[in-house]
Amino acid sequence: MDAVTVTDLVVDRGRRRVLPGLSFTVPAGQVTGLLGPSGSGKTTLMRALVGVQQVRSGRVTVLGRPAGSPDLRRRVGYVTQAPSVYADLTVRENARYFASLYGMGAREADAAIADVGLAGAAGQLVADLSGGQRGRASLACALVGSPEVLVLDEPTVGLDPVLRVELWERFHGLAAAGTTLIVSSHVMDEAGRCDRLLLLRDGELIADSTPAQLRADGHSEDLEEAFLTVVRAREEVAA
Amino acid sequence: MTATLDRPAPTHLSPRLTVSTAGRILRQLRHDHRTIAMLLVLPSLLLGLLYLLWKDLPTMPGQPSTFDRVGLTMLGIFPFVVMFLVTSIAMLRERTSGTLERLLTTPLARLDLLLGYGLAFGLAAALQAVVTVSVATTVYDLDVTGSVGLVVLIAVVDAVLGVALGLLASAFARSEFQAVQFMPVIVLPQFFLCGLLVPREQMAGWLQAISDVLPLTYAVEALQEVGSSTEATGTMWVDVGIVAGVALLALALAAATLRRRTS
Repeated sequence: MDAVTVTDLVVDRGRRRVLPGLSFTVPAGQVTGLLGPSGSGKTTLMRALVGVQQVRSGRVTVLGRPAGSPDLRRRVGYVTQAPSVYADLTVRENARYFASLYGMGAREADAAIADVGLAGAAGQLVADLSGGQRGRASLACALVGSPEVLVLDEPTVGLDPVLRVELWERFHGLAAAGTTLIVSSHVMDEAGRCDRLLLLRDGELIADSTPAQLRADGHSEDLEEAFLTVVRAREEVAA
Repeated sequence: MTATLDRPAPTHLSPRLTVSTAGRILRQLRHDHRTIAMLLVLPSLLLGLLYLLWKDLPTMPGQPSTFDRVGLTMLGIFPFVVMFLVTSIAMLRERTSGTLERLLTTPLARLDLLLGYGLAFGLAAALQAVVTVSVATTVYDLDVTGSVGLVVLIAVVDAVLGVALGLLASAFARSEFQAVQFMPVIVLPQFFLCGLLVPREQMAGWLQAISDVLPLTYAVEALQEVGSSTEATGTMWVDVGIVAGVALLALALAAATLRRRTS
């Protein structure tokens, strides 16, 4: 069962064609990594998945409905790259507000804060938190709605390694419970933590694979190395 | 036909989400003590300046004093100007901080968000009006023939008008600099033509015609009615209705111009 189906998606931003025609599917109940360098179109693609990106043509289907459909809004959670929470509210006030939008209460809000390891900072203003803590506060505000599909744009940037591991464990816990996660990253060492990989470069899908498959295709245990081999092989074919 | 180019969904209003959003906005305000202090105290101080300006000038017999006339009108203009500015900046912050984009991916309807702003700042304006009217009538001896409760009501409706126009204007502002400059564009012509500087019947016909379509004109007329009649007049209620109607229209327009999908 696929949670997301993208067919011939074309997106222009200004005069630039950011996504020239993407097609792929994302299986439900897994962690799918969207990897690629900065500027490869990851954020644009994620915006299209949650229905806030103007698209030129193509079809994006999430949970069987066109992306951005009103009834998807309580089933899909989105965490932007820059933490999008209210800096002049406490972590708890932020979580409770977003909880209320999803029809949830204070209990769910407190649980989401605890899930991202911010229980000790719940009463603090977001403005007084570190960058990494803000990112986690932003994540809590998406977790609080218990979405079926969770779209996370670079959620682990700036986190210390221990927290990063904890978050990835949390992502896999959610996936085991049936949530579909789409997580973007520009660091290849996170690719190994994903169940599936979508490698994006200049808006094109370089690989739709798994970490094991990519290692085999690229003849290297190191995913970064394997990625480079695959990219070069592609360029040779193109030339 | 591609399914992804869908139209914006019909807005599903939810009073619960409107109230929840208003609560969030008031909570943001509560953390900002200086803004609260300024909201509550500044109009009274500025009114005090006007009081001192005209205090010792002679009054024509049988006429209301200049301060009674201008001071009463200012009770409607302060909340309009302040709430216009506060809202256009608040909305721009939602936009630049990414929270607006995030809200648009949640079940919150666009009109819920805007009504939440109207409700939150309307409540703040009510508090502001109570303080300013109390200070004006006790400390500055402002004479109001009608009920001061009606003055507060008109001040709140004016504030909601300011909120609605501020939300609408912020949709056209791409930067803070632009947002701030919408204030003189939208507020000053209404202030010049509302009948305070020059009585409306003495204006050139075409200026009067412009004045006729500006909502602040009706807010000022409503206040003048309260200033001169002991009972609420029909004209006053019509004026209040017009201001409230324009405010709702502006909120609906602001919701329509708020795009869920952006490039």
